[in-house]
Amino acid sequence: MTSLVDSPQMQAPAGDRQARARGVLALLAALLAVISVTSLATGASGTSLWQALFALARGEAISLRDHVILFDIRLPRLTMGLLVGAALAVSGAVMQGLFRNPLADPGLVGVGAGAGLGAICAIVLGAALPAGLWLGTGLVPLAAFIGGWVTTLMLYHVSTKGGRTSVAVMLLAGIALGALAGALSGVLVYMADDQQLRDLTFWGLGSLAGATWGKVLLAAPLIAAGLATAPFLAHALNGLALGEAAAKHLGIPVQRMKSIAILSVASAVGASVAMTGAIGFVGIVVPHLLRLAIGPDHRFLLPAAGLLGASLLVGADIISRVIVAPAELPIGIITAMIGGPFFLWILLRNRSMLDL
Amino acid sequence: MLHATDLHVKLGQVDVLKGVSVSARATELTAIVGPNGSGKTTLLRAITQEIPYQGRVTMGGEDIAKIPPADLANLRAVLPQASRIAFPFTVLEIVRLGLLAGRYGAQSSLPKQALARVGLQGFEGRYYQDLSGGEQQRVQLARVLAQVWEPLDQGRPRWLFLDEPVSSLDIGHQLKVMQTAKDFATAGGGVLAVMHDLNLTAMYADRIVLMADGQILAQGSPQDVICDDTLSDAYRCALKVNLAPEGKAPFVLPHHARRVA
Repeated sequence: MTSLVDSPQMQAPAGDRQARARGVLALLAALLAVISVTSLATGASGTSLWQALFALARGEAISLRDHVILFDIRLPRLTMGLLVGAALAVSGAVMQGLFRNPLADPGLVGVGAGAGLGAICAIVLGAALPAGLWLGTGLVPLAAFIGGWVTTLMLYHVSTKGGRTSVAVMLLAGIALGALAGALSGVLVYMADDQQLRDLTFWGLGSLAGATWGKVLLAAPLIAAGLATAPFLAHALNGLALGEAAAKHLGIPVQRMKSIAILSVASAVGASVAMTGAIGFVGIVVPHLLRLAIGPDHRFLLPAAGLLGASLLVGADIISRVIVAPAELPIGIITAMIGGPFFLWILLRNRSMLDL
Repeated sequence: MLHATDLHVKLGQVDVLKGVSVSARATELTAIVGPNGSGKTTLLRAITQEIPYQGRVTMGGEDIAKIPPADLANLRAVLPQASRIAFPFTVLEIVRLGLLAGRYGAQSSLPKQALARVGLQGFEGRYYQDLSGGEQQRVQLARVLAQVWEPLDQGRPRWLFLDEPVSSLDIGHQLKVMQTAKDFATAGGGVLAVMHDLNLTAMYADRIVLMADGQILAQGSPQDVICDDTLSDAYRCALKVNLAPEGKAPFVLPHHARRVA
């Protein structure tokens, strides 16, 4: 990434970063392909992707064990990683554009805090539910998704007055609701027993380990719906960088675009957090790195964030599976451990860009 | 024609506009002048639909509140007073945003021409936030010009709304920017500008609207509005109007007020 920041502009007219952005998009797509294949080929079992693929290509049967590992374990896990990584990074870029602040985060719409509270409720109180209502492993994701949506809708309602959503009110109300959700979560944590505390901790760190086709099929439509709005939002977010009034004067339907942005972020991030727990960092770091490389034009930033976010999450998942094999580290630890120092290094090299 | 009829605006508990009616004609540069807090910018913000108002604003006979945003963006562009940009955009990228309104295509050479028009050729690759206040103001003007580049859209006039377009410019660029606005009007477009500098206003405006305390004190040609009594009344100080030796344009010197005071 950093070499791209330094590379000379490719004969584009001064100030025009579109050619460079296209180049970066192609590189990111290639990177994602390599990482995806690596992910399929890597794992504790020693199953060789290549041998299995050659066998399949020749029309030979592969062992049931290899088939299960490749198609029922690694492939859904890869798919989940791609979806969640793209969802977190694109949502981050959208929120930063909407709040006109490079430090905004998908969590600002309250979806993280609400989903966390939902998950904790399910983990701590779920055992007390009557047996007929017991949804098994589906309960935690479901509760997290509902929690995330309820918080977002409350926040949206609070900050919308007379048909106009104030992003400043949303930011402040989000802090208040986040504190409230945190306090309620604290009460539940206090009530939890040792096994529940362990479950809570792991949920909080995030993991792709539980990915199944069933979960992928649940999350995919919600994430896809969120990501599908990106092309419409890109122009509007570019205009919004000039301020709300100026964006309106450019003919952008600002209020409609805000609603769409908030709801699509809640949908994509809500589904992601519900399925894989809280995976931090991707939503802030990925858009920021890309803005340094290709500039803030959302027509390129949003797709690039999707590609890089997916690569980052799948890459981190590979490391989390390999580093203490056959056990696994929660992926949130890996993203923070790679991302934190790398981000600091980038920031120190680009201080002048921070003066916003 | 642009007509604003009986506009009332309340900001908090304060009546900022108390029944203001103004008209501006395409092919003319109309300037709104008046002391601080007289409601000039509020009037412009009401006319550009930025704030809620009571009353009616029409453009070419159509109620402006009923024109869809995208069509409105094709008919008029608005230059704000000061602009902070959220992300590190280059100058070219900012000016290109003016094309979002959509009639000129994203790939045209228009942004470059617009930058040249405001005296910023060669600034394309600079970062907006690294520029001085006056340069930023001219980048914004270039963006606004790129939005309504041709003053006529199939015979229909386009409009420029400018909120203090020369407030942070040096004298050379003040003249250049005023001339640009004037050219837009001469070519058939309409210009409505909030102005501070009475002398630049007298030099370039075809029509002047003088506001004080949320109301119109006078409107008409520069010769009608720029006169001792009206100005002294509006600005609450003794002002003396003179005529430039080689022309009809009046000018105002504040020296007289000091001698009297």
